Amino acid sequence: MRMAKVLTSRKACSVNPLKMSQPIGAALAFLGLNKCMPTLHGSQGCTAFGLVLFVRHFREAIPLQTTAMNEVTTIMGGMDNIEQALLNIAKRAQPEIVGIASTGLTETKGDDVDGYLKLIRKKHPELASLPIVYVSTPDYKDAFQDGWAKAVTRIIEELCEAPAEPAPARVNVLAGSHLTPGDIEELREIIEDFGLAPIFLPDLSGSLDGHIPEDFSPTTIGGTTLEEIRAMGGARVTLAIGEQMRSAALALEAKTGVPFELFDRLTGLEANDRFLSVLSQLSGKPVPAKYRRQRSQLVDAMLDGHFSFGRKRIALGAEPDLLWSLSAWLAEMGCEIAAAVTTTQSPLLERMPCAEVLIGDLEDLEQRARGCDLLLTHSHGRQMAERLAIPFVRVGLPLFDRLGASHRHYLGYRGTRDLIFEIGNVFIANAHELEAPVREQDHLLITESHHAQATAAVG
Amino acid sequence: MSALSSKVQEVFAEPACGKNQAKSEKERKKGCTKQLQPGAAAGGCAFDGAKIALQPITDVAHLVHGPIACEGNSWDNRGAKSSGPLLYRTGFTTDINETDVVFGGEKRLFKSVKEIIDKYDPPAIFVYQTCVTALIGDDIEAVCKAATQKFGKPVIPINAPGFVGSKNLGNKLAGEALLDHVIGTAEPEYTTPYDINIIGEYNLAGELWQVKPLLDELGIRVLACISGDARYYDVASSHRARAAMMVCSKAMINITRKMEECYGIPFFEGSFYGIADMSDSLRQIAQLLVRRGAPDELLARTEALIAREEARAWARLEPYKQRLQGKRVLLITGGVKSWSVVAALQEVGIEIVGTSVKKSTKEDKDRIKELMGDDAHMFDDMTPREMYKMLKDAKADIMLSGGRSQFVALKAKMPWLDINQERHHAYAAYDGMVALVEEIDKALFNPIWEQVRKPAPWETDDVGCAVRTNGTMVRIAHLAD
Repeated sequence: MRMAKVLTSRKACSVNPLKMSQPIGAALAFLGLNKCMPTLHGSQGCTAFGLVLFVRHFREAIPLQTTAMNEVTTIMGGMDNIEQALLNIAKRAQPEIVGIASTGLTETKGDDVDGYLKLIRKKHPELASLPIVYVSTPDYKDAFQDGWAKAVTRIIEELCEAPAEPAPARVNVLAGSHLTPGDIEELREIIEDFGLAPIFLPDLSGSLDGHIPEDFSPTTIGGTTLEEIRAMGGARVTLAIGEQMRSAALALEAKTGVPFELFDRLTGLEANDRFLSVLSQLSGKPVPAKYRRQRSQLVDAMLDGHFSFGRKRIALGAEPDLLWSLSAWLAEMGCEIAAAVTTTQSPLLERMPCAEVLIGDLEDLEQRARGCDLLLTHSHGRQMAERLAIPFVRVGLPLFDRLGASHRHYLGYRGTRDLIFEIGNVFIANAHELEAPVREQDHLLITESHHAQATAAVG
Repeated sequence: MSALSSKVQEVFAEPACGKNQAKSEKERKKGCTKQLQPGAAAGGCAFDGAKIALQPITDVAHLVHGPIACEGNSWDNRGAKSSGPLLYRTGFTTDINETDVVFGGEKRLFKSVKEIIDKYDPPAIFVYQTCVTALIGDDIEAVCKAATQKFGKPVIPINAPGFVGSKNLGNKLAGEALLDHVIGTAEPEYTTPYDINIIGEYNLAGELWQVKPLLDELGIRVLACISGDARYYDVASSHRARAAMMVCSKAMINITRKMEECYGIPFFEGSFYGIADMSDSLRQIAQLLVRRGAPDELLARTEALIAREEARAWARLEPYKQRLQGKRVLLITGGVKSWSVVAALQEVGIEIVGTSVKKSTKEDKDRIKELMGDDAHMFDDMTPREMYKMLKDAKADIMLSGGRSQFVALKAKMPWLDINQERHHAYAAYDGMVALVEEIDKALFNPIWEQVRKPAPWETDDVGCAVRTNGTMVRIAHLAD
């Protein structure tokens, strides 16, 4: 296949950002751990922006703390602030784990957080039993999904135990940031139906699926537990979902010896065929009848839907893994990827089914999306869609102006089938019908009747 | 002392601020916000505050000089409405990278300004400083000065990097930037004896438009609203107003006070929330204008309009009074809303069981006491857990707050209403008060509450049975209220 050209926008000024920053990507990964308090080491605004963003997307309370750095503490170094933050969090929120992500501010200063943590642990034996995972995520480098991936890698390095007791039915699933809580629920069901016992890391379906907890909790209300993370070393295999999870899968393999299988996407017929074949081999069980039926339904949906998808021109703005998942699938449905803009580097980009991929912003996408049949990007695409007057389906994060962001799912046979319906319906609703030519006779009739009405009105 | 830190000191020493006057010299130097506590802080930074205060100027390009976080994580998330230009909703940022951090971001900033002028040609560009670019020593004032000269267009530095303090400080630093670089730089096409400024009103959800028709009817012209639905030129020529109203408590007191000092524009502090406060504000506007030379028949016309509007509003509220009598509200907000909304709700017989005063000034608190009596339940710093408990124990019927705490109420299966900056409904003036009461009524009497509070049929006994959450078995102690 022809390789896509990967370009980077050469503008000095980013206009209408597609990208969000690394630290909040890391924070979201920590939000997928049970009883966790993610904390950004930066000024309190860094946390406030991330918090508002997640609250609006998930429509859930978001535990997210800050070391509240100011001008003076930044210059002096942030050790005291981290120490105070940890003591306060331990006292007030009593988390089972704290995840700390650095920000542009503290990285510019050059805070040695690993060193600080060693000193703080020495000084405060009361924190001995509190696991603290630190990840370096300067805002001025990389993007949201990189921050997520780095945090998952650091969680594995810090918390997975080796050797762990072998559990033959256990499989680890490293979930990329493009998976919704609904996606994870779907995956869990599929894997469990093969008699396997998955541990998801991170597991947003536990914490941010939108459920009613029994009581108020200042920390996350579900997600991967500490015991689960520690036990990952005993699994048969690791399934990494999304190219961004490769480094985490490698880290897990290096630490525990658990081999991994990477799935760069789980949207589309063949991608799921491969996934279910692997599960079947792993479990030694045939693919359950339920999935044979779902596969058949997907094939039927493809047949029904392909009339609407063929040759449609798509403009897509998303982080690399989501961009790849959707583009590859849309291309398989007969669409043409006319514009693809993303946020950060990834080996997936040159495999994209289009001539070029741009690392850029929504202004770049807007210029390229003119005349397309469909725009796919996060909620910030709303202004552009209005200006361009093209149909718009919201994907990714943030989705702040629609309900149900957590429960949209894009993977599995069933998810792919529903996606065909959702996007196909948008095509159908916006189908261009030929304008009927006005026949000479009708024209005369219309004029006469107008004339008659006018006369009647005057009369 | 750097220019910025002397500016911060100046803002802290604000003489018109009642809270400040009560402080010792030493206390005053410490500033007006409590030291933020690591691990227990909430709320935005100074940059956030500056952006909130100025972004409603609709025809300006708002350029954020910093890494992607500051704009990328937050743009287009506020509800300030425009009656015309939409450029203010476009997110501009220099999105600095590692190389800029090492070698400085000034060149990128300058080029960014040029790109914006080439592509969007706005009447002005506001350049917002952020923590990282402040730390590496990017001199945005110098870059803005050079760009203004080079491009012949106002490029205004807004020097309020996040780490200098809270959102409130950012509001004030934004005000300083307007005073230093914008206000008084243009002349209005014409003036009238009825020209006013409204300061500290952001036209969230279009609230200014609930007020403006009333002012229009009285012949009162809003020369500039700072900054809701404003144009750059309005703000630049706002120094010719005859009087000013300061709306959002103390957020922009420095602008208001300094405009009185420099341009002789007298002001009063008022609110558009609640019937009595709205009428009071209209009266004060009229009185100030008459004092400045407007014909005094304005007073009678104002009274006539007030009488008509009040009667109309009361008539529209009448059906709600009985339904809402004795309903208990927990109010979690800050500053001016802590009392202006109290008064508004009391007007229809709603009881306030608690109000937060974290961001309120001493005067705000005095007003609350005046309204609610000495046993007013004022909370300085209510934790989410305490709010949850209060709602769960049914000590309040509804919570009014900002979006961040909405799920504290909803997870307790209690009604909630958004009264902060992301809200979608406009609650100003007489129509707004009716809308607020309607919304409260709609929330309280929605039929879902009864359904969602009922336990599932298999969970009726007190001990409850095991249910599955997140793959583990847990016991539900009490789901029934």
